[in-house]
Amino acid sequence: MTTLEAVQNEVKTVKKDEKIKKICFILSKSSMDSAYAAMVMANGARMEGIEADMFFTFFGLDAITKKKMTDLHQPTVGNPSFPFPAMIGGLPGMEALVTSQMKKEMERLDMPPVDEFMEMISMSGGKIYACKLAMDMFKLKKEDMVDYLDGVLTIGDFYARAAGDGTHIIFI
Amino acid sequence: MEATIAGINVKVNEEGYLTEFSQWNEDIAKEISVQEEIGELTEKHWTVLKYLQNQFENEIPLTIRKVGKSGVTDIKEFYALFPGGPLKKATKIAGIPKPVGCI
Repeated sequence: MTTLEAVQNEVKTVKKDEKIKKICFILSKSSMDSAYAAMVMANGARMEGIEADMFFTFFGLDAITKKKMTDLHQPTVGNPSFPFPAMIGGLPGMEALVTSQMKKEMERLDMPPVDEFMEMISMSGGKIYACKLAMDMFKLKKEDMVDYLDGVLTIGDFYARAAGDGTHIIFI
Repeated sequence: MEATIAGINVKVNEEGYLTEFSQWNEDIAKEISVQEEIGELTEKHWTVLKYLQNQFENEIPLTIRKVGKSGVTDIKEFYALFPGGPLKKATKIAGIPKPVGCI
């Protein structure tokens, strides 16, 4: 059985030059669970001294759109992990209820709301980029996005930033 | 485990964090700071370190968010003071346990 201790010991034996240097996250959707997964991992990377890029595309753009980022939802339909029948999840008000309960639980664990969390990542040196194609598609302008946006990139620009040893790309 | 830091015998864990805060002193902090590639500790570093120790003594779990809201420093400055993992390095220098949280 793999215990936490065994994993930690294994981590310790990893050679220094095999350390992760940079992680590039692509967030393609803005359900709360997806956005938080990306934010916790990006912030966690910075806390470990690892460079972090976040690239927001398609509906992921909501998480850095000023008007939408404070109101991300947790969808209750199409998630087999929810402890109630799918039809109940589709009832009016269900999504709002689950979202507000989730927010309460997160606050209890000192997890910041989306706008504060994104700003924290930016302040910690994480880079925030929007996808040019998705911006054009949704007719979004730079002014619609968070003020600390580091740029609007094409996918080519994104790959150029992901070049080099010790860089990993994570798609969410 | 035992280690000799700044000529003093101290108890540390396998990652080099002091396990008994009472053994900490400023010379130990200076030596760990060099080991962690932070270099010379400025007045601002000491202010932040004292704040972290204070939180530890009051048994308040440390997170980047709390440090950022402390009024002692902000997140940007905290990262600039302790580059390459501020909470991890600052707690080590301060002689207190490494925070276990993910945020």
